[in-house]
Order: sequence, then C-alpha cells, then structure tokens
Amino acid sequence: MDESTGGLPRGSLTEIYGPVSSGKTSILLSTLAGRTRNAEACALVDAQDAFDPNVAQTAGVHLEQVLWVRCRSLDQALRSTDLLLHGGGFGLIALDLADAPARVVRQIPSNVWFRLRRAVESTPTILLVLSQESNAKTCASLVLRLQKETAAWSLHSRNNNAGRIFHTPSCLLEGWTSEAEIVRTRIQRATAHYIDIDRSPVSRRDARKIVRFAVCADPRHENEPTLPVPSLARKKERKQNPG
Amino acid sequence: MAFAAIFVPNFRLQAVVRCEPELAIRPIALIDGPPPTYQVVAVNRLAARLGVAEGMTKAAATQFPGVEIRPRGKLQETTAHAVLLDVAWSFSPRMEDTAPDTVLIDVDGLASLFGAHENIAASIVSKCAEMGLTAQVALAENVETASVVARALPGATVIPEGREAKFLESLPVHMLSLSKELCEVFERWGVKTCKALASLPVISLCECVGQEGVRVHTIASGNGIRSLVIAEPAHCFEEFFELEDAVEDLEPLSFLLGRLLDQLCARLAARSLAVRAIHLHFTLQPSFESAFDSCSEAIRKKELFSDYVCAFELPVPCRDAKLLLKLVRLRLQSTPPHAPVQKIHMLAEPSFPRVTQGGLFVPEVPDPEKLELTIARIAHVVGEGNVGSPQLMDSHRPNSFRMHRFSVASASAQQVDRNGKMETKIGFRAYRPPVLTKVNLRGGRPINVAFLGRSGEVVHASGPWRTSGDWWEEDPWQQDAWDVEVNFPYETPPSQGFYRICFDSRQKKWFVLGAYD
Repeated sequence: MDESTGGLPRGSLTEIYGPVSSGKTSILLSTLAGRTRNAEACALVDAQDAFDPNVAQTAGVHLEQVLWVRCRSLDQALRSTDLLLHGGGFGLIALDLADAPARVVRQIPSNVWFRLRRAVESTPTILLVLSQESNAKTCASLVLRLQKETAAWSLHSRNNNAGRIFHTPSCLLEGWTSEAEIVRTRIQRATAHYIDIDRSPVSRRDARKIVRFAVCADPRHENEPTLPVPSLARKKERKQNPG
Repeated sequence: MAFAAIFVPNFRLQAVVRCEPELAIRPIALIDGPPPTYQVVAVNRLAARLGVAEGMTKAAATQFPGVEIRPRGKLQETTAHAVLLDVAWSFSPRMEDTAPDTVLIDVDGLASLFGAHENIAASIVSKCAEMGLTAQVALAENVETASVVARALPGATVIPEGREAKFLESLPVHMLSLSKELCEVFERWGVKTCKALASLPVISLCECVGQEGVRVHTIASGNGIRSLVIAEPAHCFEEFFELEDAVEDLEPLSFLLGRLLDQLCARLAARSLAVRAIHLHFTLQPSFESAFDSCSEAIRKKELFSDYVCAFELPVPCRDAKLLLKLVRLRLQSTPPHAPVQKIHMLAEPSFPRVTQGGLFVPEVPDPEKLELTIARIAHVVGEGNVGSPQLMDSHRPNSFRMHRFSVASASAQQVDRNGKMETKIGFRAYRPPVLTKVNLRGGRPINVAFLGRSGEVVHASGPWRTSGDWWEEDPWQQDAWDVEVNFPYETPPSQGFYRICFDSRQKKWFVLGAYD
C-alpha cells in the first residue's frame, strides 16, 4: 500500500473507510507499529473505546508511546482531536470513528473537517480517520475504501478427518485479503504527467487504483505459506509459466 | 572578608502586603494579642500619618476613619521569612538566618558575578523588590556593623574598610539591640550615640555593666569579630493565603492562585530550581445551607467537608507559572471544592530543572509542558482515567490493562528501529462492555447469532477456547470463546464479518466480545 499510495501523507488528513472486518483496524495497528518503531509519539482518539491493547502489542505497537483517549461520544472525540492537533508534536493522530453509527458521523458539520485539515496543515503529523463511510470529502488528501475479499481458515484437521465436521478447534482464522481502492489522492495528482480528458464514469472506474493486501492472524505462522492474495498469486503464476 | 546584611523594615506589615499588594496604598494597622485585648503591632506610613500608633488597643485604632484593621498574619510572616532566605541563598550559600526580618550573607568572592560591592548591594535590593519585599542592605567588613547599619539606613549602603566607626558614630545606641536594663543605664549616663559609647573606657565599662558592655562597645567602635552561623537551605516551598471573606467562584480563586504560583516560581527561580509537584490544600468554610443542599447524607453522618486536597505531579520539572495555573484551573474545574474557600496552602516540591539536548535526526516529540496541558484539557473533556497510555497486566483475563500517565520521556527514550519487518496483523475491535447475544447451537457449535438487532448465520466457527482464572479471588472468570464468520443475508446490502463470541460459564450467557477488523 505504501508503494501505491506513497505512504500516509504528513500534514494532511487521510481517511480510511469500509464495513466491519474490512481491515481498517489492521491498517491502523500497522501504522501505529511503524510510527512507534520510529520512536514517534502517537495519539489514538477512540470514539467508541474499541482499542484492544493486547492485540496492538501483538501487532508490534509500542504501547508506552501511544496516548490513548477513550471517548464516550463523538463530540468528545472531535474536541480531543482538535486539542491534540493544536498541542502538536505527535507523529500520528488517529481518530477512530469506525464503530460510531454512520448516521451520527454523517451529521458532523463539514466545517469540523475543514478545521481539522487546517490544524494539521504545515505540521509533520499524520491525521488518520477511520470510519464506515467517507465523510471528510475534499478535506482528505488521501481516501481509501476497504472491502474484505476472501477469508482464510485453516481447515487441516477437517480435511484430514472429513467425518468430524464439528471438530472446530483445529479450524483457525488465519486472516483474509482486503481490497483497498484509492478513492482520492492529491499526491498523485500533483505528480501526474498526463491530462485525463475523458471523464466518463466508465473510464474513471477503469482508471481507479486498487491495492490488495493480506491480513494475517498470528506471527507464529510467519514461516507458513502466505495467504492467497490474488494479485500476488497471479504474478507467481506468470513467473512459473511465462508462456 | 565582606558581609551583607539584609533587613526588612516593618516586617509584619510587609509580610501581609506581599500577599495582598493592593493594601500598600491603603492605611492599615495590624493587631495581635489575646482576645479581647487586641493591640496594634504594626502600622504603615499612611496609618501612622492619620494618628494610629503601635501599642494602641483595637478599640482605639478603629476610631480613626479609613484605617483598615487586619489581624497579624503569622503564616504570611513565615512565608516572607522563607522568601528572605531564598533571596539570600540566590546570592551565596554562606548565609546566616539571624532573625525573621534579618539575614546575613558572606559576599566574599561575588565580585566576579556581580561586580563591585555597590552593584552587589543594589542587586540584593532589586531581588528583594522582585519578591515583594522592600529591604535595607548594608555591606561592611564585619557582621555587626553591616547588621546595625542595615537596620538604620534605608536603601543600599556600602561601608568602606576602616570607616565603620565613622558610619556608626551618629547612630543612636538603641540600634545596637541592647537589653532593657542596659538601655536605661546608658540613658542615665547620657550616652545617646554610638560615638559617645565608643569613647567610654572599655575596662571601666566592663566593671560597671559586665561583658554585655564590652560587646556593645566593640560593635559601636566598628570592630566586631563575630563569624556567621551558616544556615542549611530549605527544601520546601510553601505559600499561604488566608481570606477574610471566603471565595466561592473559580475566577477570583484562580486570581489568588496565580499570585501564589507567581511567588512560588519566583522563589524557585532564585534558587535555580523548578516545580516537580504541587500540593494544594484549601480550608473550606463550613456552609450549612449549601452543604445540606448538596449532601444531606453527609450532614446526617456529620461528615462536613472542611478540607480540599489535590496534588499535581508534573512529568518534567517546570517553572512556568502560567502553565501551572492552567493545570490548576483545569483540575479545579473538573473537581471543584464543595464549599467556599477560606484558606489556601500551596506547597511546591522542588527539583532541578530539565536539561535536554535535541538531536538532529531524532523524531519530533511533543513539548512536555505543552503536552501536560493538552492532556489535562483532554482529561477535562473525557474524564481523568480515560486518557493515558495503556499498560498490560500480567493476567489472561480479557481487557486486563490499566491506564498510566503518558509522558514524552518514555516515548523519546525508545530507540529508533528501522530494520523491523512490517506485517499487517489482524486487528480487533473490542466491545466495551461486551454485547449480550443470542446464539443457536447445533452439535455444540454456533450456527446462528443475533445481537444489536441483527441476525446472521455462522459460516465458519473456531472454538471453543476455554479460559478461566482468578478462582481464588472474589470475581473469578470462565468463558468459552469462539471465532466466528457471520453472514447477515437479510441486510441491505448483505454483509459479513468476523466476530469473537463467548459463553460466560458463570452468567450462563453469550456475549460478543468484539469484531476482527
């Protein structure tokens, strides 16, 4: 995703949205792990108090470098984000609205998003917003829409013992693949070398950029075969059968 | 050797005026003594001009219109004395705590820092003025001469070596801190000035009045040889304020707190120290009506609020009075005192100031002082325990973590690790509290799940993962957890998700613990 998007831009607002189990939180944890590994201070404004420190530590997040704000309402979350942005000095500020009801998040006035964008401008901070729907609109410099594709369950035991279909402990959730569509990016526009004349919806849909990534369950399975990511799998096939 | 004497004239009054500077332009008299026989113990110049004098009874002093009668502030005097010591320590560690209103400093070797003796004396006077005290300073080659001249002459006086007797000759003998009997003797003899005393033969004087006569004769001659009794520096910084009328609103209270914090920070700056923690102690006015309205239960149990205590521990030592005031205000806004404040006691724990050097290639971190203020503001919005850094506990119980203070020191201490392998691990969104759910089982395996008004069929299930613990405690836990992939075919559009559900064996109920995302 970093190669496709150029990474999460600093000094601007990035929005990642998608339904439940689309991989938003996985990307958030991955980003937090990367920033804290870089010795940066990070802040997580958790609108619905959904952050799990155990899972975060497993994902490689240095918890002592994360300021976790546990909010009980949207208003608290937005005010806290505003205070953190004005306080300055954080490498990443994540506003997690993913569990807040979509109809409530939709009611956030657009001036709030403009205010957040204005506050993060000319700072080295990444402002990351997670939600179920796109809300920031033009205030976001990078918008990603996530969608779950295929899940991977380890069914070794079931395959070996076909008759014991209810022997479920051996059936483990290993992960899934998600599709990330780059809905908007200002960074690419700035470096584009062509002019898109044809603005028909069909061509726009064709021109959209999609990245697929795998979300894996446990570091213990690192040595096992990787998940069947479609794009990667196709590349492998081509390499093996060039003809 | 050279010594400086710092004397604060009308100390009792200055101690009160230091806490309430607005009193400086009003005629004021301080009273003290056992009730009801109060007597005036100190008056300022305006009150003296109106006719109020020390020794008057309170009843007599109140006859003068416009004169404000105040009780003597013993706590303020203690603080003013501490301030005087701080001023002395800011110049030299060799200092003698002579009296509440007098300190002596050894100024030998200060020339390289402050210049000539005149500059040292002027610096001491201005430092005292910064601290809210008007002081008289004298520099001399011996302790006694400096002490006597400081009591007698206003402003800063420097006595050149060998001219001590010349400076002392015109001063009255009672400036030499004589005993009452000796004063009467000298009065009988017609000895009124130091010059007259110094001209008396020492042996005859000793025969008449004893060794005390020899001592005062030596002082009057400017030949004192006493050395300093070095005092230990104080490690406690306190400020007191007692209000005549109790304050109920935060605005006037924060005004007073700001004044106290300014004074504390100035004292700490004089000692090159910073604040590590602040302890606030308010003595509250026992207001029966308001207390009855707010806590009738407490009234019934006779547990009236009489004190309010709060403490702030700063992550890094700080000396910014404005920042400290903002922190105090935020704390008082979130947890205000339950009754009007009658008396304020502020204690600052000192520490050495923070010394840091930023690196060129070190990632930017929040400024510690600014971060503390930001966290305090957020805590005011979301609650005290809802902001901080999570710390995992040594337990397998779900959600076993605690919040602890987030500090930049711990964040910046982390080593940069750019070689680590990055992988996207499954994220989990916890539902707090867990959502009660209805689960249908077939063969011991969940096949249908219904929660939050949604109903879905289980496509895959992994489990049960039985965990339990703390059976030796009062609240043990035991649950069988399942990872399930649920389809919601009746929603528009149809959706699916990965959830963790569990059966609580103690409550005999199913819950959704959260969703994988």
